[in-house]
Formats: sequence, C-alpha cells, structure tokens
Amino acid sequence: MAFELPKLDYDYKALEPHIDAATMEIHHSKHHAAYVNNLNAAIEGTAEAGKTLEELFKGISKLSPAVRNNGGGHYNHTLFWKVIGPNGGGQPAGDLLAAIEKDFGSFDKFKEEFSKAGATRFGSGWAWLVKDASGKLVVTSTQNQDNPLMDVAEVKGTPILGMDVWEHAYYLKYQNRRPDYIQAFWNVVNWDEVASRFKG
Amino acid sequence: MTFKLPELPYTLDALEPVISKKTLEFHYGKHHQTYVDKLNGLIKGTEFENADLDTIVKSSQGGIFNNAAQVWNHTFYFSSFSPKGGGEPSGELASAINSAFGSFAQFKVKFADAAATLFGSGWAWLVKNKDGKLEIVQESNAGNPMCKGLTPLLTCDVWEHAYYLDYQNKRPEYIEKFWDLIDWKVIESRF
Repeated sequence: MAFELPKLDYDYKALEPHIDAATMEIHHSKHHAAYVNNLNAAIEGTAEAGKTLEELFKGISKLSPAVRNNGGGHYNHTLFWKVIGPNGGGQPAGDLLAAIEKDFGSFDKFKEEFSKAGATRFGSGWAWLVKDASGKLVVTSTQNQDNPLMDVAEVKGTPILGMDVWEHAYYLKYQNRRPDYIQAFWNVVNWDEVASRFKG
Repeated sequence: MTFKLPELPYTLDALEPVISKKTLEFHYGKHHQTYVDKLNGLIKGTEFENADLDTIVKSSQGGIFNNAAQVWNHTFYFSSFSPKGGGEPSGELASAINSAFGSFAQFKVKFADAAATLFGSGWAWLVKNKDGKLEIVQESNAGNPMCKGLTPLLTCDVWEHAYYLDYQNKRPEYIEKFWDLIDWKVIESRF
C-alpha cells in the first residue's frame, strides 16, 4: 500500500503566532507531500514495497538515497505534526517528567540541551529526544532527513520528540534567527503526545 | 587576519526580480556577515589566526571550516552576479563547456539538475579539474571543491535561505532564473 500524507489535527493557522499559517501550509502541503510522493515512486515495484517505514529504516544503509531521504522526510514530518499543536507548551508531568529530571538533572537543563542540539545542527536536520534501548532519555541531532530509527544514526532509539531545523521550517517568519524559532517551538510542544510516545 | 564582509558590486535591489532585496538583506547582510563574524571569533589564538582564507578553507575542519568555507562560498557566489547578467559565455570557456557537456544548453541542464537534486543544504559547482577539463560537482553544507584539488568557476547556493523568501519550496524556479544573473565575463576570468 502506498504511503499517504496524513491530515493535520489542527488548522494551518492554529499555531500562530509561534509558527505562521503560511509556513505550516507550505511545510505540510508541499514539502511533506513531496516526500510522500517521492517515497512512493522510489519503492514502487521494488522489494521494499509493502514494508513499514520502521522496517525500511533498520536496513536503510543498504537502500537508495531516495528511500532514505524521502522515507525519513515522511516519518519525521508525521511525528512533528503530532508532537506540536495548539494548547501546547508548559512542561511534561508524571513518568516523563521524572525520567527527564533523572537523565538531564531538570526540565530546564533538558530544554537547554535540546535547544542547543537544534541550534548547532549545521545545515539541514532535526533535533531529537530519544528513548534508547535501555530506556534512558538522550538528546541527539541528525542531518537532513535521517532519524534515530535508522541504522546509520549515531544515537539510536525511539524518537519521542523531534524539532525540524531545516530552514523551510522557520525561514518565512524567523529568517536567519533560528534560535528565536527554537524558543517559540517550546510554546507548541504537545507534551501529552510526547508522554504517550515515551510510554510506548 | 581579521576578515571583513566584502562589498557587493551592486545594490541590494539590483538583482530583482530574480533575487529580492529582502533575500539579499538577509543572505548577504545577516548570513554572510555572521559567517565572517564567527570565523573571526573562532580563529583567534589558533594556528589559523594569521592565515589567508584559501589556506583556512583547505586545511581546517569543524566549526572553523564551516564558517571559513561559507565566507568563501558566499563571496564567490555574490561576485558571480550582475544586474546585466545572463546570456552565454564566449571564447575558451565556451569551447571548454561544449567539449565537456556537448553544448551550453546541455551544460545548463546538467548543472541545474545537480543544484535541484542536492538533498538538504549545499552548493552546485562548475569546476576545472587538474587536467583542465570541466566538471559539475555537488557539495553538502559548506563543502568547497578546492578541498579536492578542483578550481571553482561557478556556484549556485541551494541552502533554502538563498531562495525561500522568493520561491519557497520551488527550488527549480530559482535555479531557472539564476541564469539571468550570471556575469559570464567574471566566470571566464576565473577559467
């Protein structure tokens, strides 16, 4: 079955003023849609057709750049639209908060480390909060559309929060001021969604 | 040495409508300037403190390389343009393009393809190799062909910041219009 562009759970303008409607519309209906279309074209009629994204990522080093780039692009954006939303922000509670405090010292220290991972990723890529195989939380970043599920990732694990730092994610509103976008990002994080991904 | 942002040989609105004044204000005034400032900060107290830019690009790594190469690449990119650009090269460069790619039209197709398919941030380059022949290469992020012993002649910046305010996701349109700005006299002199 071919991959499909997921619908958003909210309007393009719902994340204003932190992420503007024009950025959301182009990001979802153009960039994400192109990854889906290019991924389908890359796997159609190949041995990879019918596999899940997670299955593709486990052996991504043996597949074409088109599958890696567009498969990653589809997965990463699908996760991104879910972990942000209107009524976001604040901080997590319960087990997730406890795990963040245990692994980073405090929620503020985690935010600092995650923000730095996003700000210092040179070129295009993503910052991630990952639950590794031992259950520990780790901050990492990947280039382009790679992610921590890929066999090529330096830090592997289950991504529970992702922040897109491709320029297309923020350039219309923030231009060269990536740190301002990162600061605004915290106001739209959907911590309930992140917590449910943490529970797995 | 302390590096300075080089002056543009044209005004910020001179490349409209291909590249808007707003894009140049950010691309030249902010991005290029930031690479210059960061480079100056990073080389202080290092072996590169008194080196020229070519030397730093060819022999550094990490943050120093990223900022030095981005200073070099942007200076090279911005100085390839003229408000009266476009058309075709002539003389020896034209012959070399015909011999390497078949025709100027075929060269443009191959160069545009290299620029369009570079995934993520980076640069497409026309270079002269050690045998004097022309090649087209792609470099990610701050990559610069001098590091591989190649001589850069022409480059197209395909970081999204180069075109996003004017073209958004439509990178191929930016590349198509890019040709209207090229000052072939400058490119010929590099050859």
